[in-house]
Amino acid sequence: MKEDQGTYRPLSYFQLMEVTLRELLVEKGVLTQQQVDSEVQAMRERTPERGARVVARAWADAAFKRELLENGSKACEAMGIQVPGLHLVAVENTPQVHNVIVCTLCSCYPRMLLGIPPDWYKSLNYRSRMVREPRAVLAEFGLAIAPQTQIRVHDSSADMRYMVLPMRPAGTEGWSEKRLAELVHRDCMIGVAVPKGPRD
Amino acid sequence: MPGARFKPGERVKVLKAFPPGHIRTPYYIRGHVGEIERLCGAFPNPEELAQMRNGLPAQPLYRVRFRQKDVWPDYSGNPADVLEVEIFQHWLEKA
Repeated sequence: MKEDQGTYRPLSYFQLMEVTLRELLVEKGVLTQQQVDSEVQAMRERTPERGARVVARAWADAAFKRELLENGSKACEAMGIQVPGLHLVAVENTPQVHNVIVCTLCSCYPRMLLGIPPDWYKSLNYRSRMVREPRAVLAEFGLAIAPQTQIRVHDSSADMRYMVLPMRPAGTEGWSEKRLAELVHRDCMIGVAVPKGPRD
Repeated sequence: MPGARFKPGERVKVLKAFPPGHIRTPYYIRGHVGEIERLCGAFPNPEELAQMRNGLPAQPLYRVRFRQKDVWPDYSGNPADVLEVEIFQHWLEKA
């Protein structure tokens, strides 16, 4: 693995707290360094490509899509994506409805499916404004939602985690799931972007 | 589900209460009226979990749909725009 070549910076308060706590837990035998490393590794392996595979399957298979909207976690597991502890609610975009996800209280995010959340998702700006003026915030992301389209903002305030099922772009008829999945990026599944097809 | 007092479509009001502690009912939604979108299931009470207790019995959790216009009177988008928030049953009353 390529080592970080960045310039030296002193640890921040929270970085120092993390190192101290981790070293204490290892020293006292509560955890082993190997357990810490493998958890970090597992976290890095969870990327938005997992979510993109789920979206592509839903586009290609109507029965799977019904299952996904009915019980998100069960549908993921049925396609071999393990999502322990995740209560997934998939919300579907249509020509009449656009969905977008936020967690105003902290930064709840479907990590099992989309990996680590982007920094802006955790920012006070995004969290406080998305529930108050979603159209203005989406416009800042470069996404103009038609005035007649209904916007549904989902505040992930308790135990459920949300993923947006975007609309399948025009001109992708007959595409394989693998090819479809390449159109689906992280932001499309948060709802601050929409996938672009060959005609966009 | 046993103990669930509300059904999808029912109008509910979020309690306008400000108890201390770890509360998962966002401040901005307290006191507002919305409609039950679905029952999510029963989950341990986070207010109890935060006090290192087990949070049992698990409490019914709902997704409640609010009209943006009702929450923010000066909301300038489509009047049909909505906000959906997860709220535990003990924070809801019939509207």
